[in-house]
Amino acid sequence: MEKSSKAVYLDNAATTRISDTVFEGVLPYLKERYGNPSSVYSLGQESARAIEKSRERLASALNCTPGEIYFTGGGSESNNWAIRSCGASHIITSEFEHHAVLHVCENLEKHTGVKTTYLPVYANGIIKIEDLEKALHENPSTGLVTIMFANNEIGTIQPIAEIGRLISDWNKKNRKCRFHTDAVQAVGNVPIDVQAMNIDMLSLSGHKFHGMKGAGALYVRKGVKLPPFILGGAQERGSRAGTENVAGIVALGIAVEEAVGNLEEKNALLLKKRERIYNEVMKIERTRLNGDLEKRLSNNLNFSFEGIEGEALLLNLDLMGIAASSGSACTSGSLDPSHVLLALGLPHEIAHGSLRISMSRYTTDDEITHLLEVLPPIVAKLRAMSPVWENINV
Amino acid sequence: MIYTEKVMEHFANPQNVGELPDANGIGEVGNAKCGDIMKIYLKIEDGVIVDVRFKTFGCGAAIATSSVSTELIKGKRIEDALSLSNKTVVDALGGLPSAKLHCSVLAEQAVKAAVADYYKRQGIDPELFVGKCDDSEHHCCGEGENCG
Repeated sequence: MEKSSKAVYLDNAATTRISDTVFEGVLPYLKERYGNPSSVYSLGQESARAIEKSRERLASALNCTPGEIYFTGGGSESNNWAIRSCGASHIITSEFEHHAVLHVCENLEKHTGVKTTYLPVYANGIIKIEDLEKALHENPSTGLVTIMFANNEIGTIQPIAEIGRLISDWNKKNRKCRFHTDAVQAVGNVPIDVQAMNIDMLSLSGHKFHGMKGAGALYVRKGVKLPPFILGGAQERGSRAGTENVAGIVALGIAVEEAVGNLEEKNALLLKKRERIYNEVMKIERTRLNGDLEKRLSNNLNFSFEGIEGEALLLNLDLMGIAASSGSACTSGSLDPSHVLLALGLPHEIAHGSLRISMSRYTTDDEITHLLEVLPPIVAKLRAMSPVWENINV
Repeated sequence: MIYTEKVMEHFANPQNVGELPDANGIGEVGNAKCGDIMKIYLKIEDGVIVDVRFKTFGCGAAIATSSVSTELIKGKRIEDALSLSNKTVVDALGGLPSAKLHCSVLAEQAVKAAVADYYKRQGIDPELFVGKCDDSEHHCCGEGENCG
């Protein structure tokens, strides 16, 4: 097989290209506007103003006030900060959170007295409100509920507004439970209103919506006490020390404004593309879609092909110039296939054969055509050499 | 994790893929739960492996180690095939990432299992030549290794 010269990028849930507007907007901060935002002279104040502009843009995208936005080094840091510092002695989360949530909860359980309840997610990849309600009643001292907005592997969207309402009602009886959501995959893909959704804390990351790597944010509702995570200078109102990543923060602001600005239009286009891929790929026999089709990010599809292993599939796609992702053990770097797919109840051997396709507003019809041309023969080729397929297909 | 050119060469153009209808020794090792299964078909005449094929469910390294192993034993005597070590397989591929070393072990085991099957079919106790060969044992992920 000859390596293809095409470059088809279908791994936008991993990271995205910087948008042209972001690139142009960031350039001055990589060149002449290098001032430290904490400095009093003009060069420094120019950087400080750029950061505040980004804060306003982010606040407007989430429907909060700029004072409720704290810039961080990215989604993982935001999650760590929210969960570690909130002071909860009991946490409710779900089985299929990102590791930046799960590993923090596990670590707190191991090293402190914190207890955690893990809600199941079922075959459709969505938590049930009843399960959360039950978990709250069983653990009335719960100080934090952290549920992801949309899953990073299967793109399923959780009932965030309902969770927010439930916790808000729960707190009316003199309780103090906070609601945090890891919205890293959701920002720029679904409309978010932290007030209407009763969200207390929200994590996001710029490089998932055409900003830069290394810059994210944590929204913390006014009145929610969250001690600082990194101590030092007075940056971010003393809550997150360290000289700001000015370029990354500028990128975040421009990117969020762009992403939220044309959200409906973008999603309508992505849904058409997604439907095309779904209809074609599901024609391959013994293929399943992982997670609900409707309550799902418009840019995400996650399939399992019986009888083949995900890494071999990815390497073959790469030979044809296509970048995608899989939940196989080989690609997760651990003993087991993806904890997300296992949480859906998928058997290990099916989870090993998964393929995640994640698009962006830059994904073209030509790219999809190329994928749809090369994917079925690759699956057929791998199945032809698979002793597992031989047993399935009798 | 980076694969060598040799690994990618074998992965992209695997040698001796498929089944052998007149095989007289077939070995299968691994476990779908762990993400890799290798099946080796041997045709042995007068103590010589005259033909060999493989089928593998697994990652890039699993496919490459299967492919290179079939090349290494084709045309060789049974004794030579039995002395094929996972290290020989790794060397022939110009190295494997440490997380993938178990694939080379699996390839070695698959060859041995196929030879054992050949002996069994000949009415010879394979343990005399191959050593203990427990088909039911899951090779899955040796200590500190990743499961392919």
